[in-house]
Amino acid sequence: MIAMNYRGPFRVRTDRNKPEPRIEHPNDAIVRVIRSCICGSDLHLYHGLVPDTRPGSTFGHEFIGEVIEVGGSVVKLKPGDHVLVPFNIACGTCSFCKQQLFGNCHESNPEATAVGGIFGYSHTAGGFDGGQAEYVRVPFADVGPEIIPSGMDPDDAVLLTDVVPTGYQAAEMGSIKKGDTVVIFGAGPIGIMAAKCSWLFGAGRVIVIDHLEYRLDFVRNYAQCEAYNFRSIGDPVLFLKKATDFYGADVCIDAVGCEAAGSALQTITGRKMLLQAGSATALHWAINSVKKGGILSIVGVYGPTGNLIPIGNVVNKGITIRANQASVKRLLPKLIDHVQSGRIDPKAIITHRIPLEEVADAYHIFSAKRDYCIKPILIPPSARA
Amino acid sequence: MENSEERFKHIKGWGIDAPSLYELTYPMKHYTGDDHQRLNYERTEQQPVNDEILVSNERPRMTTVFGTTVPPSGLSGKIRRKAFKYSEGSYGHWLPLILADRIQVIEALIDDVKNGYFPNLFKERGLAAEWKYNRNGMIRNTIIRVGLIAAAAIIIAKRKTVQAQNSD
Repeated sequence: MIAMNYRGPFRVRTDRNKPEPRIEHPNDAIVRVIRSCICGSDLHLYHGLVPDTRPGSTFGHEFIGEVIEVGGSVVKLKPGDHVLVPFNIACGTCSFCKQQLFGNCHESNPEATAVGGIFGYSHTAGGFDGGQAEYVRVPFADVGPEIIPSGMDPDDAVLLTDVVPTGYQAAEMGSIKKGDTVVIFGAGPIGIMAAKCSWLFGAGRVIVIDHLEYRLDFVRNYAQCEAYNFRSIGDPVLFLKKATDFYGADVCIDAVGCEAAGSALQTITGRKMLLQAGSATALHWAINSVKKGGILSIVGVYGPTGNLIPIGNVVNKGITIRANQASVKRLLPKLIDHVQSGRIDPKAIITHRIPLEEVADAYHIFSAKRDYCIKPILIPPSARA
Repeated sequence: MENSEERFKHIKGWGIDAPSLYELTYPMKHYTGDDHQRLNYERTEQQPVNDEILVSNERPRMTTVFGTTVPPSGLSGKIRRKAFKYSEGSYGHWLPLILADRIQVIEALIDDVKNGYFPNLFKERGLAAEWKYNRNGMIRNTIIRVGLIAAAAIIIAKRKTVQAQNSD
């Protein structure tokens, strides 16, 4: 089959003869991929920042498709069903899954305990092949996959596998109260969605900080929020203090993660020398911009070692930090309703529809922010027919 | 939970402010008390282990399912096996894994050539897209890089010439 093949940092290619996946557990399903996305966190893999990312792996944790085969114990799905597949692989029976922490499943990733299994996200997340391929193995088929509601646009459905739930949960973890000022660092797909969703919780003011003008323009229009370029406002922390009557934001959201720009020290030590788990610039700014007693919500992805952040200020300001991988399955019923009712329009953030065979170009365009790229999706040949 | 109330009944007011509604992570976590069961939950059928799968030493057993892509092999595999002797809280775990990743890039390149496949590095790096969308920048960067390499080569050549003259 055709599949994306990681060859090393900044190098991927399309394989045309990768063996098709097979049922390896009675609750597996094999899904023919119809749409898959490249996620901003795939770029951390692409840039070689995530340990245990082995050449030969296929990335892709955001995908939808058609079930073509199911294992012997699968009862909820049958061949022919069209499903959206949450990026987290969850067993549904461990203590964490029972408490709806589906992003923290303890039975899907032998190689680490801190993170549950994730499709196509290195061996640190379980060593599963991902959906940037024609076919993919989906474990726990009775637990994660959700049948796509009839009439739902596939482009909307594929963004419900990660982008919308992660953006929504970022806002949810902020415990936003009516009238709150919410500051979001990062105008990538997740930051854009977090801005949009912050209004659903009653935010009184939503501010997005980034350095790419085209993304700031996009988020201003898409999420009806304020957006500022940190390269033109001076010290972002001081700017935000002034913008909030020197009080600080009620809620700050880090939607950037380990490849943040804006600090030479963080960039050199985190992204170039790998002396820390990526650059923590956005986290730094968020801690210093939130009010005393405020809430910091983190959905940006960081590596497993450590980062330079002002933890003393977290203590002195009494900040509550909330963070997690999105629990997609928990959120799906609510988010499907938001999409169907028109409160969220996910597909509007898709800027590039690229054939799977051109995956190397797709990664470069997204990574280098070429052609005003916000969200690229990959379409396998069988889905184009 | 019933046992806990019995166990702490001698402490006046024990647990009075701890209903699940005040779970700090609510509504992200629907507290059920299952945490107190630890890992003693009912597991589904075990996926057969047919390939080498490295397991975190912070786990008592193999997980119910796991990915089977790219089992450890070669020098990088040896390093990975060593790394898994250390816990996830240790640099001894993560830094060797990054080293193994880099070594496996070379191993994969050698395998490609052995199999008669010569990777198109220009294409794999997506430079066709760079040429399409950032042609001027690409030309500028190439000129700068070539210039720097040429300058470095000239400096090294001159130093060697001077050293040779001094030794004469």
